[in-house]
Formats: sequence, C-alpha cells, structure tokens
Amino acid sequence: NDNLAQVQHVVLVLSGKGGVGKSTITTELALALRHAGKKVGILDIDLCGPSIPRMLSVGRPDVHQCDLGWVPVYTDAEKSLALMSIGFLLDDPDDAVVWRGPKKTALIGQFVSDVAWGELDVLLVDTPPGTSDEHLAVLENLKKHKVDGAILVTTPQAVSTGDVRREITFCKKTGLRILGIVENMSGFACPHCSECTNIFSKGGGEDLAKLTGSVFLGSVPLDPLLSASIEEGKDFIQSFPHSPTFSAITSISHTLLNSLQAA
Amino acid sequence: IPLMGVTHKALQERQRQQMARGLPKQKPITGVKQVIVVASGKGGVGKSTTAVNLALGLTAVNPSKSVGVLDADVHGPSIPKLMNLKGNPELTDNNLMIPLTNYGIPCMSMGFLVDDAAPIVWRGLMVMSAIEKLLRQVNWGSLDYLVVDMPPGTGDVQLSISQNIPVAGAVIVSTPQDIALLDARRGAEMFKKVNVPVLGLVQNMSVFQCPNCHHQTHIFGSDGARRLAETLGVHFLGDIPLHLNIREMSDRGQPVVVSSPDSPEAEAYKKVAAAVVRRLEEVST
Repeated sequence: NDNLAQVQHVVLVLSGKGGVGKSTITTELALALRHAGKKVGILDIDLCGPSIPRMLSVGRPDVHQCDLGWVPVYTDAEKSLALMSIGFLLDDPDDAVVWRGPKKTALIGQFVSDVAWGELDVLLVDTPPGTSDEHLAVLENLKKHKVDGAILVTTPQAVSTGDVRREITFCKKTGLRILGIVENMSGFACPHCSECTNIFSKGGGEDLAKLTGSVFLGSVPLDPLLSASIEEGKDFIQSFPHSPTFSAITSISHTLLNSLQAA
Repeated sequence: IPLMGVTHKALQERQRQQMARGLPKQKPITGVKQVIVVASGKGGVGKSTTAVNLALGLTAVNPSKSVGVLDADVHGPSIPKLMNLKGNPELTDNNLMIPLTNYGIPCMSMGFLVDDAAPIVWRGLMVMSAIEKLLRQVNWGSLDYLVVDMPPGTGDVQLSISQNIPVAGAVIVSTPQDIALLDARRGAEMFKKVNVPVLGLVQNMSVFQCPNCHHQTHIFGSDGARRLAETLGVHFLGDIPLHLNIREMSDRGQPVVVSSPDSPEAEAYKKVAAAVVRRLEEVST
C-alpha cells in the first residue's frame, strides 16, 4: 500500500535559515495552486513549530484513522486542500514538543507514509529550518516513494543566504533536485508614502541563485497585509487579488507548475 | 517486603534519584561566572542579532565586565558573519580551542570549524558531541558573562545545554506576531521544565519607521510579546525596533551597539542589557 501512489508531484519547501517564511510561502503557494484548479496537500512536519493549521484556520480538529492510515484534514467541503500537521496530534498545541532525535524521526516516518492523501496534483512538504535529523528522516522516507525536488526560501540578507547556501549544498549532495529559490521579504513599501525600504536587503536570493546555478523563482515583498492575513488564517489570494504580492506568488506558482509538469 | 513506614516523600525522592541516574551531571564551564542563553521557539526572530548586541550592550553598560559569545546553532551558525570573524581557531598547549575575538568579545562557533558552503548535516549524537566540544574545549579565560546563542526550537541542543551546564537565565526573543509568540511560549515552558530561570522576553522587530515620511508600520503585528509576557508571568525586557541600520550593519559584521552607539537602536539594546543585569541579580537571590 503506497499512500503517495496517487500524488502526482511531491515538493519539499526548505530553507537553511529559520524565520524566512517557509510556512507562509508553503501556504501561499498551496492556495495559489488551488486557485489554479489543482488538488493540493500540505504535510507540515515542523515538529517544534507547526504553523500551518493556524495559517489555514483549521483550528484543532480531531484526526481520524481509516484502513489506509491517517485521514488528512480538509480546509473546505470540496476537499481541494488537504493538510496533515504534527500540530493536530498534540493535546495542547501550545505544549512544548521537547523530543530527542529518535522519537522525532519515528514520527516523521509515520507522517510521510501513513497519511491517506488519495489523489493529489501536488503535495507540499513544509520542513523545519536547518539540516538536522528531521530532514534526513524526511528524505529517507520520501525516497521510498518519490520526490520531484525542493524549493528553497530565503530572505535577502547575508545571514540568511549564508545558511541557505549550505542547504543548497545539502540538496546537491543528497541528489535532491532544486526546483528554484524564492526571495521572501524582498523590500518593503511604506503604505503611507510608497517609499521602498530594503529592510532585509534585496537581491540576495537572486544572487544566490546565480552563484549556485539554481533557478530563481521570484521575489515576494514584505507585506503587512500578508502577515496579517496569515496571522488571522485568511485566504490572502481571495482577499487581495490586486496586490503586487498576489502577482508575485501567482507567478512563482506558475513557474513551479511548469517545471514540475515538464520534467 | 511491604513498603510500610516509607513516606510518599521518600518514594518521590527515590524516583527522582533513579531518573537522574544516566542524565549528565551539571558542571560549570571553567572560568565562566554566569551563562545567559538567548533563545526563541521560532527561527528568524533575531536571536543571534540580539545575542551579539546584548553581549556588546552588557560591556557598554558595565565596561569592567568581560563577556563572551558562544554560538550553539550548529546547523545555521550566524555569529561569524555578525561579528565579522573568520578562520579556524588555534589550540592551546592542552588542546583547548582559542576563541576568536572582535570588539573585545571572544567568540566560538561551529561556523569557525566548517566551510562557508558546507551543510552541517549531522544526526543527534554528532550534534551533541559538537556541543560538548563547544562547551568544554574552549579556552574562555575568565568571563563574567557567557551569552549563548541557541538554535531555534525546543529540541536536543536546548536540552543538552540546560542539562550539562548551570544556566543563570534565559532571554527569550520574539517578534510581535502570534505565530512567533506560540513558539516563544513553548520555549518558555521548556525552560521551566528544565529549571532554567526565564529572565524575560524581548520584543524584536516591534515597529518600523519609514525613513522618508516617518510613518510607523507594525509590519509584524503589535505588542504581542508584551502581552505574552504578562500572560506567562515573565518580565518584559524591552522593544527593539525594525531599523534598516541594524540589518545593514549586521550584514557588514559591525553590530549596531558598536557601530552606531548613540543611535536609538543601540540604546534599545543597552536598555535590554541593563534589564538583563537587574533580572540576573533578582533570580540569584
């Protein structure tokens, strides 16, 4: 029994650096892909900070099992977006998950193999930052099925690109195809006077792509409307269809889909 | 033999002793008076930037104190970049690593031991052994404070450090957003579980002021960390604003406390340092 057999594409969302917006970008890409008519799943394996349930406003649902394994939580009646997160399995989502390696890797193994996704066009896997036990566990478990590749998220500044550069090397060494780099929080436009300030710098992600011979998928600006939307668990794509942030995310999702379908 | 006459308390004590067997013994780092860990639940909230500027703030607030920085983020070591330090540490005659120093602050980081582009893909045991090395095999000399920059999360490294060395207190960094606060709350709980006093919360990226029109935008929400501190019953150590200067100087490896000492950003860090000193005195009595 292979629960990933009817999943067309599996994409890991990685970063070497914490706090660059992996979960935000994962959620936004999922929403954009759904907007484009695709059936999408998200596997949230950030054991220490599972953010996705909140970003999609699914609260604390009960998780059920069926013959094939865990039943994912659907965000809507049409079942166009499915989610499985460690956050669902904690008694109190605010509990500290203070586990050592072996316990984590065992859980990840279960998560990767035992969720009954059914038919999906794309499964996005949100990972914790770094290159630790969790990542190795994910890769080892996914390799038994298939993985199309990874998207790397970075912010433009040096401390981020430095860490993400390590992550790129990790991908190359483990034979994980790099689908491209996303530069998040790229420039901030003052809502009052429109002056753009590069709080976290600009261009670092694009430079990193050139330096490492990777595809640059695009930049997403620092947008308080997006952070507020994510905070409240709202669908940014539906709320702000005319914003530059929306165009940026949509463009990235198109490029991603094209490269997944071309391969 | 029936356990009559053995009190509940004695049983509890016996249980505690049995559980403690097998756990590492807590031993202070030679020469270091007080260890302050800078942690968060969430990545990217500015732990390393805060740790570096806190260390420099501690010396600014009291120039007679000696302060060191230990970068315990084995997978994503940022301290070398932030402190403009590079190179392999030399060894003393008895094989202790000599910290690299800048701005009067001796530093040690995994970043000094590996290539810039090399991923540090280690499983738990190797990470623990690296942490052990960073804790015990560094020639710190005599330090009043050792500021430890922790990795994000509530996992192996945080546990190991809390179990191996006595920690005077933990500073938890968060941004105002709820998503960061949830993780900060988990971080605070973790320290309670391992009996490390929480000195307080720092609210980083509190507000952004447009350099052009001075309009203030709360990009990452507002006051969340302050409210969380109240809810958790921990102290609020201060706000650090989002200022272009902090990031620009950080990218150049010139922390704002030394590169722009009179700026409001530097003042904000120094205020936090002063609050940390006060809280350390409070928790040690």
